[in-house]
Amino acid sequence: MSWLHALFVLVTAFLAVFWEAAFSGVRHLVGVQIDLLPALMVYASLCAGITTVVLLAVLGGLWFDSLSANPMGVSVLPLFVIGLVIHAKRELILRDQGFAQAVLGFAASAAAPVMTLLLLFTTRHTPLFGWGTLWQLAVMSAGGAVATPICFEFFGWLDRALVHPRATQTSFRADREIRRGR
Amino acid sequence: MLRRPHYIALGLVVLLTLVIFNLPSRTTARFKLGIGGLFLPLFGLASSSQQAALAAGDTVISRGELLREIEGLRRENQQLRIQAMQAEGASGENARLRQLLGWQRQAPWKVKSARVVLREPSNWWRTVQINLGSRDGLRVNQTVLTVEGLVGRVSSVGLTSSQVLLLGDPDCKVSAQVENATRDAGIIGASGPLDRELVEMGYLSGSANLKSGQVVRTSGNGGIYPPNITIGTVVDSHPAEYGLATVARVKPAANLNALEEVWVIFQ
Repeated sequence: MSWLHALFVLVTAFLAVFWEAAFSGVRHLVGVQIDLLPALMVYASLCAGITTVVLLAVLGGLWFDSLSANPMGVSVLPLFVIGLVIHAKRELILRDQGFAQAVLGFAASAAAPVMTLLLLFTTRHTPLFGWGTLWQLAVMSAGGAVATPICFEFFGWLDRALVHPRATQTSFRADREIRRGR
Repeated sequence: MLRRPHYIALGLVVLLTLVIFNLPSRTTARFKLGIGGLFLPLFGLASSSQQAALAAGDTVISRGELLREIEGLRRENQQLRIQAMQAEGASGENARLRQLLGWQRQAPWKVKSARVVLREPSNWWRTVQINLGSRDGLRVNQTVLTVEGLVGRVSSVGLTSSQVLLLGDPDCKVSAQVENATRDAGIIGASGPLDRELVEMGYLSGSANLKSGQVVRTSGNGGIYPPNITIGTVVDSHPAEYGLATVARVKPAANLNALEEVWVIFQ
């Protein structure tokens, strides 16, 4: 049920954006807010179709920008580029391995803010930028590395709980049964 | 490598981004507020969960502690009443003197309280969202403060919520004056990406005589912020631009990291 899967991903993205804006416990702790959308994008690009990737990039990016002082649409392209690259190479990625998920989450969570900042500077905006940005990138990447395997676990659990398991054919065939007689 | 659906998706997303970037700023602002409105049902959820947590905390406070707090508040209230009486007298005297000198009379501020409902999700801006909007009469550029000092200004207004640029945001510049003998004036601007406790005051003259602990207030220049609102205190200063200017670090009086309730000035 790909539409249900896409819906789960989008609802999670909506709640993730709200969590980032409403709860700043992580920000109080380490001075940086962690972005969960790149982690979600890694999951979507490895486990869902290109439509889900596009929807997540567009809706997730717009939701994020609507609650932020970012110019509208600036988060869409970085998220999509991450999703597109991973989706194009997903046959080569061991998506079930926790380490692979963590590395991808780390890279995606570093790339998304870098691309967003580049876009902001290109569009003549002046965000807060300095040596402290390196710390922000490090924390966001580490946060993404932790969040991505959790995303996979969460959606795996959601799939098992809500989606009917696919019926599997047994290897037993009645016509090949060896009947033993006397 | 990329296949046909990838190219189509890339084209669509790039086109959409370009269209959004090139929309007129008013349309973009409305679009932003419209999408932000989707989160409205969750605002209530967040505030009610916070209230529930506070209520849970309240249940464990002892009666004795509450009585002590009431007594303290009663005493503080009496002190404030006496100060208000004194201020009323000074205000009347000020009005009479202004009348004698033919100066324009200063209207008292009308303020409205607002709750901070959301904070900036990204790390490169300093903003919060408050629960007052155009239906409460809020407009862009209104001053936002707490009893401790200046917080910032309203940057965009929705029907029921608005965005406030905080001190330290690159787009929140405040004309300020230091309370010292030379009344040094400068501009409060952006802070560093990790400096959540301090803001920078620039454009001070090279001969500015700044000392740690001096109070910084709004100067009233610029037409957005009323004069004499406390911004904070000078922490330190250093020469800049080969000694032609001075830059000071200022600690805001209001705790911008833990804002819960703010006041908006309606002039």
